[in-house]
Amino acid sequence: MSELSLSDVSASQHEPPLLRVTGLSKSFGAVVACRNVSFALWPGEVLGVVGESGSGKTTLLNCVAARLQPDAGRIEFQLRDGRVAELFEMSEPARRMLMRTDWGVVHQNPRDGLRLGVSAGANVGERLMAVGARHYGEIRGAASDWLRKVEIEVARIDDPPSTFSGGMQQRLQIARNLVSRPRLVLMDEPTGGLDVSVQARLLDLLRGLCDELRLAAIVVTHDLGVARLLAHRLMVMRGGEIVESGLTDQVLDDPQHPYSQLLVSSILQ
Amino acid sequence: MSAAVEQAAGGYNFAYLDEQTKRMIRRAILKAVAIPGYQVPFASREMPLPFGWGTGGIQVTASIIGPADTLKVIDQGADDTTNAVSIRQFFAKTAGVATTDRTSDATIVQTRHRIPETPLREDQIIVYQVPIPEPLRWLEPREAETRRMHALADYGPMYVRLYEDIAHFGRVTTAYDYPVMVNGRYLMRPSPIPKFDNPKMDMNPALQLFGAGREKRIYAVPPYTPVKSLDFTDHPFTVERWDKSCAICGADDSFLDEVITDDRGNRIFVCSDTDHCRSRSAAKAAE
Repeated sequence: MSELSLSDVSASQHEPPLLRVTGLSKSFGAVVACRNVSFALWPGEVLGVVGESGSGKTTLLNCVAARLQPDAGRIEFQLRDGRVAELFEMSEPARRMLMRTDWGVVHQNPRDGLRLGVSAGANVGERLMAVGARHYGEIRGAASDWLRKVEIEVARIDDPPSTFSGGMQQRLQIARNLVSRPRLVLMDEPTGGLDVSVQARLLDLLRGLCDELRLAAIVVTHDLGVARLLAHRLMVMRGGEIVESGLTDQVLDDPQHPYSQLLVSSILQ
Repeated sequence: MSAAVEQAAGGYNFAYLDEQTKRMIRRAILKAVAIPGYQVPFASREMPLPFGWGTGGIQVTASIIGPADTLKVIDQGADDTTNAVSIRQFFAKTAGVATTDRTSDATIVQTRHRIPETPLREDQIIVYQVPIPEPLRWLEPREAETRRMHALADYGPMYVRLYEDIAHFGRVTTAYDYPVMVNGRYLMRPSPIPKFDNPKMDMNPALQLFGAGREKRIYAVPPYTPVKSLDFTDHPFTVERWDKSCAICGADDSFLDEVITDDRGNRIFVCSDTDHCRSRSAAKAAE
């Protein structure tokens, strides 16, 4: 895989990328989780990462989310003012600020991404308060807006998320991340553990939001159906390496690498 | 100092603690004063009373007290409660210092749960007994993480708590130990004083020292330091008000305790600060 082929398939190749990962490697002792992974992501683009369990998808996401320090490689992000910053060269306060304004992370298990003990409204408002919002009415207004956008009844704003269904918790997590108008959202199995009808609604919602807000997103999933619906581009990972990448339909309909062929052929028809 | 050391009863060193320990605590206090609101770790000693009874406050007092000092100790505003009486006696015995009930006569006031109603002066030091020094403790159990949050001034979660209170009850329900921002930088627990006393901490002329014995932390608010209670701009911080006044001295501007007087539901409100109440009553009698 070369980076050239990636920029070729990007619709907006004249624009600088929002995120550029080069030569990222991470191992846990003798186990190599990611080996020399490089890719770029443009504004408004949804990149799917597929592969079997243990292929390094989540490690890759965790490194990009600065939750794991990679052993090698650079992760460059274009800030709102146009400057390009390397994630691990930034100071920690700056990185934390970036994480809670420009980035969002949607966890597979909503319990990891939510504060279960406090109300839905406080969950959504937390980011705003963390960056200095000090007007209760405005915070609450923003929280109601976002609950409405993710199709949660506004009447439930003061209920704790522990009383929500799995699908609602996942939508709440999305609202909580999007309230700060991030430009990049990282999603780890966003539909994992949800039944198919709820999955479909969630995917529909995510697609709408990505379009509307011109969000760039990296979606890690093992579900090729999710990847086909959400992702514009797809990367197939195996054993910590990217074995194939390209436009989603191209990868799924005409897989070149033997492993991609295996992956695609293993879907139940 | 040596004369005073001789004075101390029972073969104890002046003010109970050995000089080496006092130096260690003074160093912690100096650092705390230099960084207002920052919790400085110190090697808290075993004291002859249980943790939670004021071991932190006693160690701070023991380190700053001199033979010429006059000590006042209050517990919930009163000079005659068990904790106050025993700590006062402790220093009278081990340091031989003068003690007083009157706020205006004291040079050091050690307190649990109140700040005296009588305004403090520049030549006074108030020492608070602190059970739990970490304001973020109930939001974040990991000490390493709370320290990081302090280092990065990452105080959003505290506002989440205030938000929750307003969302559920229409107001912030924290009535004591109300979190404050010191000098615009560090979030601080003011010890379990009622929020009524919070405004007194702001720009106070006296040095305010906080000692937490069990948690081994000392922090401080130097004189004339801004101390702001957390709030939302549309839900500003307010203190509690009573529609009664003190049944003994008639004060309507002091912190009142509700006292049940019989088993038929009768009750009176009296000043929690006994010195304040007594001096007002005496002034009234003199008129």
